[in-house]
Amino acid sequence: MFTYAEEVNCLSEKDSIAIKLNNINYGTKNVEILKGITGNIYKGKITTLVGPSGSGKSTLFSLLNGMRSPQTGTIIINGKNINEFDPLQLRREVGIVLQKAVMINGDVFKNLSLPLSLQGKTLAKDKAIEYLKLIGLNESFLHRQAADLSGGQQQRISIARSLINEPPILLLDEITSSLDQASQHEIEQLISNVNKEFATTIIWITHNLQQAVTIGHDTWVMVDGKLVESGSSNLLENPKSDEVKQFLKGGDK
Amino acid sequence: MSYLNLSLTLIFVLIPFFLSKHFKLGLEKDTVIAAVRSIIQLLAVGYILQFVFESESYIFIILMVLLMIGAAVQNARKKGVSIRGITWKLIVTYSFIEILTQSILIGLKIIPPTAQYIIPISGMLIGNSMVLSILFLNRFTSEVENRRDETELILTLGGTTKQSIHHSLMAAIRASTIPTIESQKTIGLVQLPGMMSGQIIAGADPVQAVMFQLLIIFLLLTTAVITSIMLGFLSYPSLFNERMQLIKSNKIKR
Repeated sequence: MFTYAEEVNCLSEKDSIAIKLNNINYGTKNVEILKGITGNIYKGKITTLVGPSGSGKSTLFSLLNGMRSPQTGTIIINGKNINEFDPLQLRREVGIVLQKAVMINGDVFKNLSLPLSLQGKTLAKDKAIEYLKLIGLNESFLHRQAADLSGGQQQRISIARSLINEPPILLLDEITSSLDQASQHEIEQLISNVNKEFATTIIWITHNLQQAVTIGHDTWVMVDGKLVESGSSNLLENPKSDEVKQFLKGGDK
Repeated sequence: MSYLNLSLTLIFVLIPFFLSKHFKLGLEKDTVIAAVRSIIQLLAVGYILQFVFESESYIFIILMVLLMIGAAVQNARKKGVSIRGITWKLIVTYSFIEILTQSILIGLKIIPPTAQYIIPISGMLIGNSMVLSILFLNRFTSEVENRRDETELILTLGGTTKQSIHHSLMAAIRASTIPTIESQKTIGLVQLPGMMSGQIIAGADPVQAVMFQLLIIFLLLTTAVITSIMLGFLSYPSLFNERMQLIKSNKIKR
């Protein structure tokens, strides 16, 4: 038996690429934020994305799910140029979870239903309970007010909510940064399960370097808007470039 | 009222003038300017109206209304400069209100189609619409800012721009029309509405004056609701680009 990751590795290189970035540049009027990012994200893998604050990691995410567009360069998602996607379709295929779990007014069910209610569909109750189980919460949570839940619970709900669209690609932006150690481990476990069960391609921005190594199959290191190193996650244990060495030495403060 | 009587009313300008001087409030200059401007502007309007009424020409009525719309747009657009194309959006809104209300009023023969009715009613409606649009634009801008997280959440989950901005839009529409509705609940209890008072002073039958006032307050309700709804639906698309991205989305951190 092959694991999923091994199986996708048997596919041709082209078919195994979920996201292909070619010379991406993005900036605002005053600042250049992303400088010539080129690289591939592979299907079914967890790629951890690390780098100092302000290195452009979150901005890269906003480009990947079409909340912004790069000034130059091409982004290919599952073989299709990002500009050929209908923006709504793109955002349903590339889900994102942010550090701040934003809950809409109402109960957990309403929050879980949101992705479908936006499309005029309804979420079956059984399905909602299934997702609750996946994130380690029981049925009794369904009709609790989202605002009353703890930060860790809200974060789990927001992960489940972005899974409702069944996105083949999921972007996680420091989703455990504001959580305690125990919740952090639970969420790592959850994401690992999601990756195995749905073969979801995951990119995970984290400040926790240990997490980046243990959770990630691959790792990207970004410094000052550039992708300075990428490859198997153990590159962090044996970095080649000076920029990465310096970043690792300084931690991320 | 004769010009002699009118000049006697200047006593009411002199009282604040001398009080200000005595207590060193420093308001003398502004009092004089305000008085002089009122005299010139209102007398000018009075003579223009007299001319328009006597000419009995629709061209002048239309010109007057266009002038009012122009002045209102000029005033309100300063509050909505961040919204692309706000000028024509205001022109469309005010013109729509004017055409809709006058067609109903004249079409159903509620008022006779003369300058004497059309111009003052238009003035009240356009003026009200102007205040409403300023209220609305202020509120809409702050609602969008406050609910940015929700707007972005809905966009990232694959919602449309309209869905993402829906709550901000509704909150702003509601908030800007509430004062109009609330003020009408207490109307007549504390102070008599200006137009009604004016008619009564000019010798009109109080019941007639009340009936006209009712006409006006109902018109103001329509004006208030239509102004904010129309302006809302005309202006929200300018917050997004054609890729359904929030313009000036400075909230997402690097």
